[in-house]
Amino acid sequence: MSRTVDKDRVVIRIAGDSGDGMQLAGGRFTDATAVFGNDLATAPSYPAEVRAPAGTLRGVSAFQIHFASRDILTPGDRPNVLVAMNPAALKSNVDTLESGATIVVNDDAFSKRNLAKAGYDANPLEDGSLSEFRVYRVPMTSMTVKATESIEGVSSRDGARAKNLFALGVLSWMYGRPVEVTEEWIERKFANRGAILTANLAAFHAGYNFGETADLLDVRYRVKPAALRPGTYRNVDGTTATALGLIAASVTSGLPLLFASYPITPASELLHELARQRSLGVRTIQAEDEIAAANMALGAAFGGQLGVTATSGPGMDLKAETIGLAVALELPMVIVDVQRAGPSTGMPTKPESADLLMALYGRHGESPLPVIAAATPAHCFDAALEAVRLAVDYRTPVILLSDAFLANSSEPWLIPNIEDLPRIDPRFAQGPNLDGEFLPYLRDERLARPWAIPGTIGLAHRIGGLEKEDGTGNISYDPENHARMTSLRAEKVRGIARDIAPLEVDHEDGAELLVLGWGSSYGPITAGARRVRERGGKVAAAHLFHLNPLPANTGEVLRSYRRVLVAETNTGQLSQIVRAEFLVDAESFTKLEGKPLLAAELEREILERL
Amino acid sequence: MADGARYHASENGSGVATLTKQDFVSGQETRWCPGCGDYAVLAAVQEFLPELGLPLERIVFVTGIGCAGRFAYYMNTYGLHGIHGRAPALATGLAVSRPDLSVWALGGDGDMLSIGGNHLIHALRRNIPIKILVLNNQVYGLTKGQTSPTSELGKVTKSTPFGSEDQPFNPLALALGAGASFVARTVDRDRHHVIEVLRAASEHPGAAFVEIYHNCPIFNDEAYAALTDKDTKDAHQIRLEHGLPIRFGAERERGVARRPDGSLAIVEVADAGEDALLVHDAHRADPSMAFALAHLSQRVSEPTPIGVFRAVERPVHGESSREELEAAHEAIGPGELEALLHGGATWTVES
Repeated sequence: MSRTVDKDRVVIRIAGDSGDGMQLAGGRFTDATAVFGNDLATAPSYPAEVRAPAGTLRGVSAFQIHFASRDILTPGDRPNVLVAMNPAALKSNVDTLESGATIVVNDDAFSKRNLAKAGYDANPLEDGSLSEFRVYRVPMTSMTVKATESIEGVSSRDGARAKNLFALGVLSWMYGRPVEVTEEWIERKFANRGAILTANLAAFHAGYNFGETADLLDVRYRVKPAALRPGTYRNVDGTTATALGLIAASVTSGLPLLFASYPITPASELLHELARQRSLGVRTIQAEDEIAAANMALGAAFGGQLGVTATSGPGMDLKAETIGLAVALELPMVIVDVQRAGPSTGMPTKPESADLLMALYGRHGESPLPVIAAATPAHCFDAALEAVRLAVDYRTPVILLSDAFLANSSEPWLIPNIEDLPRIDPRFAQGPNLDGEFLPYLRDERLARPWAIPGTIGLAHRIGGLEKEDGTGNISYDPENHARMTSLRAEKVRGIARDIAPLEVDHEDGAELLVLGWGSSYGPITAGARRVRERGGKVAAAHLFHLNPLPANTGEVLRSYRRVLVAETNTGQLSQIVRAEFLVDAESFTKLEGKPLLAAELEREILERL
Repeated sequence: MADGARYHASENGSGVATLTKQDFVSGQETRWCPGCGDYAVLAAVQEFLPELGLPLERIVFVTGIGCAGRFAYYMNTYGLHGIHGRAPALATGLAVSRPDLSVWALGGDGDMLSIGGNHLIHALRRNIPIKILVLNNQVYGLTKGQTSPTSELGKVTKSTPFGSEDQPFNPLALALGAGASFVARTVDRDRHHVIEVLRAASEHPGAAFVEIYHNCPIFNDEAYAALTDKDTKDAHQIRLEHGLPIRFGAERERGVARRPDGSLAIVEVADAGEDALLVHDAHRADPSMAFALAHLSQRVSEPTPIGVFRAVERPVHGESSREELEAAHEAIGPGELEALLHGGATWTVES
């Protein structure tokens, strides 16, 4: 008989060969966990190669989920549980486990050949090297084959392929996940494939029943539902949240969405997501290159549509000239940069937030523009809407920074009410704006110029990248006019500070240290600060969603703490900015491993400074 | 006064038929060199546009960088002066999102064939509904006289003091190779012919590629003299007319015939006989004849075909999805958005 142990939170990592269906099993476990009512955060990790050789370390695909009976902020630092479908999966993940962690292995896969492929000289299940862990050896392949062998039309090879669902069944039993959610999904997914449907259901049930009946697994864990804010939730990753945000902005503004991009990891997923939404009026173009994608979005913006392009690091380099043109044209446009480890091709599948200075300054000449960074996967929705709002209200390109971690990680999202979404009004120019004339660069109180779209009678005008005369927009090389236009463009962007939320501080009385972050460091910084507080430490935390302009109170906030620590996955880009802007002696904690920051690292860094 | 502010006939509801060439002249002072072929092209375009029967506000000129880039400022239409080489991409974004507009992309040989070559070929293969005018003077003008992708081998310029070592592009062959559905060539100094070609291009439902030989009096003067000089043009202009035998010369004494191996040759009609002449068929699905015509002359001092080489109909980008997208955008409202946001597995936390 197994005993049941209560836990506040659990981090599970499921790892196997890239052909083993680990992402699928992880995704199903996530759905069941969400429906069960735990708070959660997930992060996948894929091999860089499309089809790395089976059984090798390079071919390992993993999925991590952190779920809890309270709100959580990151996919977890060190797993408590590892499911390893082969020796390579064990070898490449065992070092990340906490001491005393549970390891469930697919015993069938620990053959001599597979051990050799993973670089093991001896079988780690037998040589005592895993003695600090609790290891369960489950013959998953053979048990799955056995569970499916009587199904007509299912070969033993087909049966073996369902072993990921056997593993999912085992986990579902261990953590008391509702089975109906997974059963319904299997039934939907394989609706037209009778024998395969039956085999997958059988494999899932076999895994679950194995947990229930085998004496091998002697412990079950209970993680109670979290007390989340009331409302309807769904689980979203950053990619989906960004796509939904862009579509929502298109609907609320009435601007048809034209999304143009060139395939690049990890931003391509956004193209895939939006390309499916034709029935919602979304037009996508897979452009011939990054430059074309940016120009297509800008051309659509000139025509009065919501022009959006997306890319990752290297693509930003290529789009820079077009973004500069958009600055000069003063047309709304959104550029999504799903950051990844650089320089150059770098590590395309690995997260790093090192494009901040490029987003701010990476264009020739004086070409300021608003920069926004998403903080969590679900926050990508709000960030996308905010990017469109600023772009349309201020007639400017806006860079929205996301990263490989946010794009692929997921968390529950409290679905907003439609009526609470920000209003976005294109305010197209309808007629003359000065004494019966139309001046395309006559500005409003926000310093935004009129958006007069082709087809509007009487407002034909010409704009371009050449410097323009203030007001008329005619070509001008006049020295004073250039100085004035440069200052007007900068002032317009600076003025956005009046139109954005102030920097909020998660303050603790007596705190003298403020930890400042941006982008995906939100989770680890907040979780790290929380851990410090649980240990009695005093620390404050603040997070920047707008990187340009910075919220109006930023300097005031930073100067009200004795010490400021900036944590980021680059060599200290935000810390450079706050030092330069506010003369604050900010300290820097940086990490450049192609991995997100961990809560434990923040905890350590904060404690060292208290 | 803002030059964009001038009102005209189309605004008062009296229809667009009253537009004249003058309506398309913007207030900005033209600043090309005296004698530049751009003036002639600008005048021909302005003279032709009233024929479209559109309000001038439904017409957009998109340009890149180079002398021709300024074209957008001189047209009293909507205009977008982009960056070097990118006009076809800008125009693509505009044309696919606004099919109600007449979109023209215009640039020089450097802009369209060198830095912007990729966008050009992809706009052509996609058959984007834009009219692309390539003003080919075989030299870089605005940067003051470097070799261009259409400059001849051995061309001595500031950047090639020992002569260019680069084989030039044949722009029409390039466009045909990219799958262009409309390919034509004309010469700046023959306004009637330019207008004829513009008309054919504007009537074509997809992407139209028009090469316009034009003169740069400063850096490559009289490059096309043989084609344009009164004394020599009859002997050098081979005017292609759909459905007619290809003949040229002052007395129409020469023609184009097919050799037994399929290649084309210039023949004396008296020797070859009228029946041997090639009958021009611009609508032929197979582009090989247009390709052969594009290669008929290797240099502009030789007899050179002008006119419409190819005009075939094939699906225009975006047309098949246009109605669905427009209807979808019209129909989508808070209800549909709500359903979208609630897609996938959801769960509710009660208060």
